[in-house]
Amino acid sequence: MTLRATVAELVREFRASGRIVIVGASLAGLRAAETLREEGFTGSLTIIGDEPYEPYDRPPLSKQVLKGWVPADHTKLPRMREVDADWRLGVAATGLDRATKQVRLANGELVPYDRLLIATGTRARQWPNPAEAALHGVHTIRSRDDAAQLQKELAEPPSRVLVIGAGFIGSEVASVCRELDIPVTVVERGAAPLVGALGGVIGEIAAQLQCDHGVDLRCGLGVSSLEGDPGGHVRRAHLSDGSTVDADVVVASLGSIRNVEWLEGSGLAAGFWGVGCDAGGRAFDINGVVTDSIYVAGDVARAPHVLYEYQFLAMEHWDNAVLGAEAAAHNMVNLEPHYRPHLLLPGFWSGQFGVNIKSVGVPPFGDEIVFTQGSVAERRFAAAYGRRGRIVAAVTFDHGKWLEYYGKLIEQSGPFPPPPPGWDQPPDMKPMPAEFPDPRVPTAIPDVVLTGHAPSERTAEFRPRRH
Amino acid sequence: MVEETPWQQALRYANRANPYPFYEELRKTPVARQPDGTYVVSTYREIVTLLHDPRVSSDPRKCPVLGTARTEGSVQPAAEPIREALTEPNIITCDPPEHDRDRRTMMPHFVGPPHAPHLISDLEPEIRRLVDGLLDGMRGKNRIDAVDDFAYPLPVTVICKVLGVPLEDEPRFHHWIETALDALDFGPEAASEEIRSRLAGGRQAVQDFGQFAAELLDRYADQPGPGMLSALVNEDGPEGRMSKGVLASNALLLIFAGHETTVNLIAHSVLTLLRHPDALEKLRRRPELIVPGVEELLRFESSVQFWHTRSALEDIDIAGTMIPKGAPIFLAYGSANRDPERFTDPDALDLERRDNQHLGFSQGIHFCFGAPLARLEVQVAVGEFVRRVENPRLVEDPPPYRHNQIFRGPRHVLVDIDGIRD
Repeated sequence: MTLRATVAELVREFRASGRIVIVGASLAGLRAAETLREEGFTGSLTIIGDEPYEPYDRPPLSKQVLKGWVPADHTKLPRMREVDADWRLGVAATGLDRATKQVRLANGELVPYDRLLIATGTRARQWPNPAEAALHGVHTIRSRDDAAQLQKELAEPPSRVLVIGAGFIGSEVASVCRELDIPVTVVERGAAPLVGALGGVIGEIAAQLQCDHGVDLRCGLGVSSLEGDPGGHVRRAHLSDGSTVDADVVVASLGSIRNVEWLEGSGLAAGFWGVGCDAGGRAFDINGVVTDSIYVAGDVARAPHVLYEYQFLAMEHWDNAVLGAEAAAHNMVNLEPHYRPHLLLPGFWSGQFGVNIKSVGVPPFGDEIVFTQGSVAERRFAAAYGRRGRIVAAVTFDHGKWLEYYGKLIEQSGPFPPPPPGWDQPPDMKPMPAEFPDPRVPTAIPDVVLTGHAPSERTAEFRPRRH
Repeated sequence: MVEETPWQQALRYANRANPYPFYEELRKTPVARQPDGTYVVSTYREIVTLLHDPRVSSDPRKCPVLGTARTEGSVQPAAEPIREALTEPNIITCDPPEHDRDRRTMMPHFVGPPHAPHLISDLEPEIRRLVDGLLDGMRGKNRIDAVDDFAYPLPVTVICKVLGVPLEDEPRFHHWIETALDALDFGPEAASEEIRSRLAGGRQAVQDFGQFAAELLDRYADQPGPGMLSALVNEDGPEGRMSKGVLASNALLLIFAGHETTVNLIAHSVLTLLRHPDALEKLRRRPELIVPGVEELLRFESSVQFWHTRSALEDIDIAGTMIPKGAPIFLAYGSANRDPERFTDPDALDLERRDNQHLGFSQGIHFCFGAPLARLEVQVAVGEFVRRVENPRLVEDPPPYRHNQIFRGPRHVLVDIDGIRD
């Protein structure tokens, strides 16, 4: 038998009777499972999820679910096809042993794999003071249970809601509160809402939007502590300027933490920033060497992006979960040269204060912005982000149908500022600084060190900072 | 004799029943300059690109060739009575911000969640009743005309109800619409005596139709009634009220679009299924396939084969061709929907086709306003036809076609049947 025939036979055999384990039973995990079956994988498939629920959709949780339009348990993801998997729901993966190719579960069980997909996603960053976080009425919102509980309390209704953090989730929660006619205060450490994702120029518009809808918006401030009543219910927040806010529901929307703790000691390039992988979803080990049997997809994956100078980007976007999972699953049951890259142009959407906000590309990669269509005063517009004469992203407020045009320009490394439209031009089409926060602000990421003497012995090691 | 381009051939009446071989030829040059100075775009990717390009205008007033500055013998769209008779723009013949504002004003009275999320779905029982009535009316017949007896009456009744147009006026504007459409020609036959002689009649028809719409709106201003038109006359949207002229122009557009496109889609759906007995049998056995099936029928025989009011406001470089500023652009949806670069085996009818993002309703800001209503009507009508009509056989293939190229459809589809099931 030729080598080529042997390899073909191995692929065939793996597809017929290999063992694939997917850790993470949300959007990426489900789509990966469906793709594996679609591609003719008939071996054993195990899907491990720490929540007791079948895969559900998250975008509605901070919108329709909170408004009470849709019950939290009605967000189950539709199935594109039968996946015929062994579902292990309600039990978390706690460890990975690459030498024996086994995933360890919280109940002590060991699940062997030939190929593994890591799709463990992210979780909400909790309010840092555990005692305060445990007060009744203090919430984060990431899971179905979170949304159900918060919806119940919003229905009461509370006398005031305090939202800590004005990113997309925080802003959406504030918007829902106003729609439900609940007084709401938003405290944001940055200069404006959405400033991390879209920069200060757009942030200023978002701030105006919130104020127009009656949000008590306080930027450039932090919450120092939360105070409860004797019954253990949150009643008041103390802000960094010494002022206080009385609120009986607090939503901490402080961003997300990647679920990588279970990979500690596995020797994968997994840390604060996610799990490093190539554009085909193949995980890197800690030395930056690609593995052959471990793949990553969804929020937890971090891969180099050709359009963005091969920077490693983690994209917490719905499309990324779906398409990254499809590419990774395809690659799991194929070999070179049939690997497929996952070259998504990132994009996200958000609905808040009656405005449909959409973006394409990576806005923080740009340093300039220019309004290209529509009217800022009417809050219906398109704007493009640029870096060194190239368009790298675009954002629209109620102008989403134009995103495809900007997406194409970005894909083709089009010029910045982009060619002006033939009509509906904003009066001022001059590029200006996009005002993203200084990227040099330190973050508490772990250190990686090199060990070993001779070049052939050298390896990397994590020295996580504990605090 | 000068050789005709594939585009001109595709537009010849003799090829109305099957323009697809000419489209195939056309796609070899994705963006093709025509002898008359227009540009025809025939490939999926390029059409989608232009549909999203803000340098492409839909406003004929901005196009020197399509607009008033047109010279004798220049571009074929000269033979277009509808636009000539319409002095005010409607949502498909204007650009943002006017387009956006007018569409936003109209949307809440039609579909536009969150304002009226149930408006369309609540029409389903009535649509079902109408379809049942039409099929019941065929009992005892051995031969039906799927256009006159089935495809035509349904959309017309529904659009009249939605808009609030008295159904008894229908024969009058049916005549106007037919007359106007028959005078419209973009092909080599436009210069013929016959088409030229129809032009005057077409212009008159549009004027009469316009006057009818204006009078109807005046009546609703005096005395509000049911339907969308009355609401638009009497209720202030967040951005105020549309001017009477603009409203009349849009009313015309909606009555017209509700007439033409859905009729052709139902007629073509019946015709196509009769030509593909396997697909028809499959749909009979698995009625749930009607939803993806209608999407496939929309792709397979697009009701709007091309739209032509577009023009370039800047030089646009696309697919190796420069469309110069000011040039009129034809976007050939009918061709894009059969583009093998986009659809696997595009000339095959596959009711279960996946990734079927056809251009049957266009894309971008001019995406069909009536799409949700059209989908529902066709799903119910075609689904019930397949379920209830016993052993339908096509009498004549191809059937006679209407003259118009944009709204391409059979004039009659004669079908022999064995009976009507309950």
